[in-house]
Amino acid sequence: MDLTKKILHLLERDAKLSPKAIAVMLDQDEAAIEAIIARLEKQRVILGYSTIINWDALGENGVTAMIDVKVAPEREVGFNDIAERIGRYPEVQSVSLMSGTYDLSVVVTGKNMQDIAGFISHKLSTLDRVQGTTTHFILKRYKQVGFSFEEPREDKRLVVSP
Amino acid sequence: MNRFLSKTVQAIPPSGIRKFFDLVAQTEGVISLGVGEPDFATPWHITETACYSLEKGETMYTSNQGLPELREEIAAYQKRHIGVEYSPGDEILVTIGVSEAVDLAVRALLEPGDEVLVPEPSYVSYCPEVTLAYGTPVPLPTYHGDQYRLRPDVLEKYITPKSKILVLPYPSNPTGGIMNYDDLKALVDIIIKNDLIVISDEIYSELTYYGKHVSIASFPGMRDRTIVMNGFSKAFAMTGWRVGYACGHPEIIAAMTKIHQYMIMCAPIMGQKAAIEALRHGEEEMRRMVDSYNYRRKIILSGLAGIGLDCFEPQGAFYCFPSIAISGMNSEVFCEKLLHEEQVAVVPGNAFGSNGDGFIRCCYAASIGNIEQAIERMGHFLRRHAYD
Repeated sequence: MDLTKKILHLLERDAKLSPKAIAVMLDQDEAAIEAIIARLEKQRVILGYSTIINWDALGENGVTAMIDVKVAPEREVGFNDIAERIGRYPEVQSVSLMSGTYDLSVVVTGKNMQDIAGFISHKLSTLDRVQGTTTHFILKRYKQVGFSFEEPREDKRLVVSP
Repeated sequence: MNRFLSKTVQAIPPSGIRKFFDLVAQTEGVISLGVGEPDFATPWHITETACYSLEKGETMYTSNQGLPELREEIAAYQKRHIGVEYSPGDEILVTIGVSEAVDLAVRALLEPGDEVLVPEPSYVSYCPEVTLAYGTPVPLPTYHGDQYRLRPDVLEKYITPKSKILVLPYPSNPTGGIMNYDDLKALVDIIIKNDLIVISDEIYSELTYYGKHVSIASFPGMRDRTIVMNGFSKAFAMTGWRVGYACGHPEIIAAMTKIHQYMIMCAPIMGQKAAIEALRHGEEEMRRMVDSYNYRRKIILSGLAGIGLDCFEPQGAFYCFPSIAISGMNSEVFCEKLLHEEQVAVVPGNAFGSNGDGFIRCCYAASIGNIEQAIERMGHFLRRHAYD
């Protein structure tokens, strides 16, 4: 695996790793690692650094919905323009083009169900080429971007062993 | 009741690790670099395979030598791992970890008084197992300056007419040292000339960080006088499953199997089923774990250098073995004080043989956060005690 990919894999798992730690782990110097990360940010390979938060643990009762959207594609641009347009709403967390019975999968967050209902009826459904939507509310999360919401595994190894 | 106990057993000193373990277990808030096993749980697909086999009611004995499918997988694995071919029919025995395999081998081979050459510092079981088989363990000193490789001149110096077995425990627990192709080649003629049998404990052989492990069995003339031992504990994070194996000449394997069948019958079937899955589909996950150890190896080495502890770069296993000379303490005092004052557990080097004194074993199969914190605490400790 080349160096760039190694750096990306490490950061994907832990964005808090310092360039210095990455340099030690990969036998490089710190300045070289910083330069590569800067280049990746500039090229928009690295889009940002976010934190995976278990909001449920704080008793926050926000709502997340996954909306299946059927869309009429348009000559030359296909689904791109409408997907980008949907993505501009700040309440939209992600937009993906799907294979199968519908076209776009849109993840939306809101304070409550009414919020999301409002987004669908006023914003999403009124877009010209949107032909129909099916909304699924998330009831409970178990794993997200590789991180399990379970209690972490306790280290049960003997504290000293041969 | 001592008068009833065998003199052989009484003469074996209790493990130095046991004593230290009790001390650590009584201390609160300890960060431990004292463990001897991976910090990963067994990869889920392996565990799940064992669960499924239990659900199907596969809870019976297996053949003494181990499940035929497992022996076939081991043969294929050894061929790609060390480049040596073994027949699954009569050259492979599945055991309860490498510890049992070593015990079987010394019992199958030794006459009372035969000598077994054991490089030190090394894993705690070899010498007691030899003693229990009425053999005489002969420690071969290895040195920090040689990165704990066994030197040919040292081997020659300790060979006597009674020498029968040489144990080659590389990559090494506790030092992390390895023997590369040239290091091993330098020993081959001496081994053959003196008609020695080699017990090659290769349990850490997948955990090497500069190229592939080389087995002494792969040298011309060595296959039939070497018993290669490996298992699933370290590479596949399966310590608690207790599955290992020995590969070697059919007559030696048959003799070992004779003892194994009377004392053990067979390794547990669920462990063997899990082991088959590990060899069939586990190598990618294993490589990920090895990469992760390698990252942490670099972090701990950089940390040790930063606090002034001299350590050669270990190229295998998941241990490093720094010198604590700057503290002016012996290993046991160092470890007890470090535990008491900073709540960091590392293992005294002399637990692995007297020439391990002046060193400590640090296991880096710990989280990066814990490694960094342990190093920081050791730094405080050294600032207080170095040269005092």
